[in-house]
Amino acid sequence: MVSGYGLKIKMKRNSSTKKEQQFWAFTFLFFPLMLLAIFVFIPILFSLGISFFNWELMASQQNFLGVNNYIEIFGDKIFYKAMLNTVLYTIGVVPIQTMLALFLAFVMNQKIRGRVFFRTAFYIPAVTSSVVTSIIFVAIYSKEGLLNSILGNFGFAANDWLTNPHTALISIMMLNIWTTSGYFMVSFLAGLQNIPNSLYEAAKLEGASRRQQFWHITVPMVRPVTYFVVVMSLIGCFQVFDQVFVMSDGGPNNATTTMAYYVYQNAFRYFRLGYGAATAIVLAGIIMIVTVIQKKYFPPNPY
Amino acid sequence: MRAIKIQKILLFTILSLGAMVYLGPFIFSVIVSFSDNKNLINQPGQIVNSGWTLRNYIYIWKDLPFATWLFNSVVITACQTVTNVFFSALAGFTFAKLEFRGKNLIFGAMLASLMIPGIILIIPKFLIINEFRMINSYPGLILPGMISVVNIFLMKQFFETMPKDLVQAALIDGCNYFQMFWKVFIPNSKPALAAVAIYTFQGTWNEFMWPLIATNTSEMFTLPVGMASLRYELLTDWPAIMAGTILVSIPTLIIFIIFQRYFIQGVASTGGKE
Repeated sequence: MVSGYGLKIKMKRNSSTKKEQQFWAFTFLFFPLMLLAIFVFIPILFSLGISFFNWELMASQQNFLGVNNYIEIFGDKIFYKAMLNTVLYTIGVVPIQTMLALFLAFVMNQKIRGRVFFRTAFYIPAVTSSVVTSIIFVAIYSKEGLLNSILGNFGFAANDWLTNPHTALISIMMLNIWTTSGYFMVSFLAGLQNIPNSLYEAAKLEGASRRQQFWHITVPMVRPVTYFVVVMSLIGCFQVFDQVFVMSDGGPNNATTTMAYYVYQNAFRYFRLGYGAATAIVLAGIIMIVTVIQKKYFPPNPY
Repeated sequence: MRAIKIQKILLFTILSLGAMVYLGPFIFSVIVSFSDNKNLINQPGQIVNSGWTLRNYIYIWKDLPFATWLFNSVVITACQTVTNVFFSALAGFTFAKLEFRGKNLIFGAMLASLMIPGIILIIPKFLIINEFRMINSYPGLILPGMISVVNIFLMKQFFETMPKDLVQAALIDGCNYFQMFWKVFIPNSKPALAAVAIYTFQGTWNEFMWPLIATNTSEMFTLPVGMASLRYELLTDWPAIMAGTILVSIPTLIIFIIFQRYFIQGVASTGGKE
């Protein structure tokens, strides 16, 4: 009898908790979902809408342009320049940053004195504000700055790194490699620590050198991390903005105008919100295509 | 044995050189910020000869709206960190432990939104905040960053590792679902909450694009936006600018050094930077 009574309570509780769960779930999710709707879900659709208009801030009625903004993009020389700069930037930064991060992590993973200090040192640029690091590098890159005085010791002529159109983009790329390689090093370090030591020991018995161990054990074993790091840095590089804004304002003569900067310029300097939205959507489309290609041809786990 | 020793010395040398490259710019910035020689940047070799002074720090604190920007940054960062931790824990708990209609649909939509590059959100977010008449105000700066999908995922993943029995036990003890969340799950998830808090703090403190767009007068600037404006206002007064950069960096640096463990764990478990 007693056990039957218990069962009855349990059944009642179960049926009531289902309704209860429904109620609590919607109560709990109400605010988070409302915020996500207003600032994520609706904006995604809204941006597509804006891109079909000549959107003006003060106008009571917006002027529908159809696909004219997109047609204009295809004839826009600065847009092509921005796209070229962004692609060059990404091709320059992503591989070097990824290899440097893996290399640093590989060295750090050895038993070495002061590991915590080195890890902190490499990571500090990544936690510092992008505006701060950009400003410090403006000082370093300036004509009378640190870089020129160091290079001067080796007999190089002084160069105004950020106002010379040949070096401006490369200078910003170097800054980005410096800031994020330490961040990705930590990702790799976590991946390296998951590689069983027995693999290395077996390789040592077979007489593999440290370099062979690196290429034939470490690199294949951290492939999922590499995939992840490359995706993250691709997405970041394609949208580089802060550094360009602070260091060069897109100049000289659009030598450092990137796609994200061009979106900003159109929308918030020239107040061409519709055109800015259209360029943003083209940029987003390119990023999504690149990540899909990467997933298809360089998957995290090919085996 | 000897070969190993040489190898160790070599690795140590590589790391030391690396540390110099990674820390060098900050050391340079600290030195310039304490210098009384406005042209120190022209002659870094003269560091030893120039005098030391706190004048640059006093100048940016007293004569520039630095304190106002600091206040704005603190208010915005505090609000966004607290709401992110609370809402992402609440939503993460709901997705991990409750059954309700539309769960997969909502979760799928959130997953899909993660694949959309953030750049396309900027213009519509600006128009929406403008429609609310919140441009150049605290609500306009705070509201869009009160929740992040990445944080919800982090918390959901964490709560999924906690046993389902906890739910049953709490129900038998007569808890409702909010009490269960608040008294059973929250006290047992400090590492995950700390990771979310630290990531949000760092991201908000350093955020540049949104406050740049959503403010238009100096008294509403955050520290990064204010610093970026100083770069053009002070031009070549590098000691003062560098004093500013050091002041901006100190809070993140302190938080990072104290909570390093959580940073590293967070990167290791998600790897995500958002």
